[in-house]
Amino acid sequence: MVQTVSNSNAASVGHSVVRRKHVGRWILTIICLVLLSMLVHALIVNDRFGWSTVADQFFSSFILKGVGMTLVLTSLSMAIGIVLGVVLALMRMAEHNYLVAALAGGYIWFFRGTPLLVQLIFWYNIATLYPRLSIGIPYGPEFVSANANTLVTPVMAAVFGLGLNEAAYMAEIVRGGLLSVDRGQVEAALAVGMTPSKTMRRVVLPQAMRVIIPPTGNSVIGMLKFSALASVISVAELLDSAQLIYARTFETIPLLVVASLWYLVLSSAFSVGQYYIERHFGRGTSSSSGVSASLGRRVARVLGFGRRTGLQAA
Amino acid sequence: MDGEVVVHAENVTKSFGSVPVLKGVSLEVRRGEVLCLMGSSGSGKSTFLRCINRLETISSGDLYVCGEPPGYRVSGSRHYELSEREIARQRMRVGMVFQHFNLFRNKTALENVMEGPVQVKHIDRSEAKRHALELLTSVGLGARALAYPNQLSGGQQQRVAIARALAMDPELILFDEPTSALDPELVGEVLAVMRKLAHRGLTMIVVTHEISFAREVADNVAFLDDGKVIEMGPPRDVLWNPRQHRTKEFLSRILADDRAGLPVDTDGTAG
Repeated sequence: MVQTVSNSNAASVGHSVVRRKHVGRWILTIICLVLLSMLVHALIVNDRFGWSTVADQFFSSFILKGVGMTLVLTSLSMAIGIVLGVVLALMRMAEHNYLVAALAGGYIWFFRGTPLLVQLIFWYNIATLYPRLSIGIPYGPEFVSANANTLVTPVMAAVFGLGLNEAAYMAEIVRGGLLSVDRGQVEAALAVGMTPSKTMRRVVLPQAMRVIIPPTGNSVIGMLKFSALASVISVAELLDSAQLIYARTFETIPLLVVASLWYLVLSSAFSVGQYYIERHFGRGTSSSSGVSASLGRRVARVLGFGRRTGLQAA
Repeated sequence: MDGEVVVHAENVTKSFGSVPVLKGVSLEVRRGEVLCLMGSSGSGKSTFLRCINRLETISSGDLYVCGEPPGYRVSGSRHYELSEREIARQRMRVGMVFQHFNLFRNKTALENVMEGPVQVKHIDRSEAKRHALELLTSVGLGARALAYPNQLSGGQQQRVAIARALAMDPELILFDEPTSALDPELVGEVLAVMRKLAHRGLTMIVVTHEISFAREVADNVAFLDDGKVIEMGPPRDVLWNPRQHRTKEFLSRILADDRAGLPVDTDGTAG
């Protein structure tokens, strides 16, 4: 079949244009459709997925509590990671104090260089290293002191373990963002009479955010999933809750499906949030893509379906 | 020239590491004066300009801006280093316009002009906005107040940058090659604004290669070569009848590049 077109869209007006047939594309499409139907079929036909159990357990109070704990772990440890990460980035960029920069460098070296799982177990067992924790003057009197075993709960060990580890990565993300801001912006701010700290807050950080946000969004989604490691130190988060249920009922696969679906729901929600934050900090840049696209198409793009353009990182 | 001295430099030197850039610059700028700094690239013009508002520190010599050495407080025979806050207070009196505009990219033209007054001088927002709109109108950009820098042409951005410097009501504005990054057809609009400021009596130090601008607007021209002022005086001397060989060489080179501009006319030499 030869299709002829002779409308005004054709490259040369007045000539009939013979479109190429793209046989390869059609074959690829058919292969993909067959594979997709096989996948769907396999999911439906195999009753060992236990879809009815999945439906029953999806909103069970036990699972919902686990979801809640996962969200608490993610948000608290991300908060620690971001705040400490900014501090570490600023320390590492200290031009006039080599010791401060080296300290930050050492922290990043250590926490990036050891496995997160090891760090979590370490914090969990901190009481065997320091049975008593106290606040006071260095090498001087103590003001407050407490038993490490009662002070450091599993949740606290998980939050600190995840947060301190994340800080090392956030420090590098923030540093990259700060370095991306043109030196001229700083000079312009100083020239109108801003102090260096105000220059940082009013001019550099807001512009660095455009570069910082996309990888931070990745970090949040990463943290959501890394928080599953806390199940190892018996924190009742999402995976731990699912494990506790299937340890009793032996419905291993259905409950892992429940947990996975929840992780997907949460990470999708974070991605959508990230899109709007990115758009906010993108003011003054020409990449206004997506503003005119339909909501459905925008959500699809944010979640990684559909065609990718520009900065989408999630 | 009998106004009070705004910038006083005596034997100012500056080295980057072991590389000397300024080798003893001495000059004076009085209130209401327009000084053009000229010279080939690498002669130290921009470095000297940046020393005036302490974007660079000087290595030795005496530099006084509005009666104070940038970055120091004088007490007796000693210079005490100032805190960042106090240096910022000194900088408020000196505006600066950059070669690459350096507008805050995440802020509109209006917000760029308002930023200093609101954040540094703590002027009421509505008052600052009114004043900023006035300034934008005076540089011909009242209608583009809500545009972001990337939506403006280079010439428009530079005019916003001038308005931003004016908004702080400075005693002196430094222009660091304000037209060098512009397309040739946009140079005129920026020079027109600067000409207006000069006629209003603003004290200006302008690093520029625009000889016709310097001839017309400058009260004094200082010609720098290899970190020193080798010739300084009114344009009718320095630009029309240069005494130094290096100045002549530089001027003829610039004018040769500038074929479309002024011919090396002879009528000026009479003046």
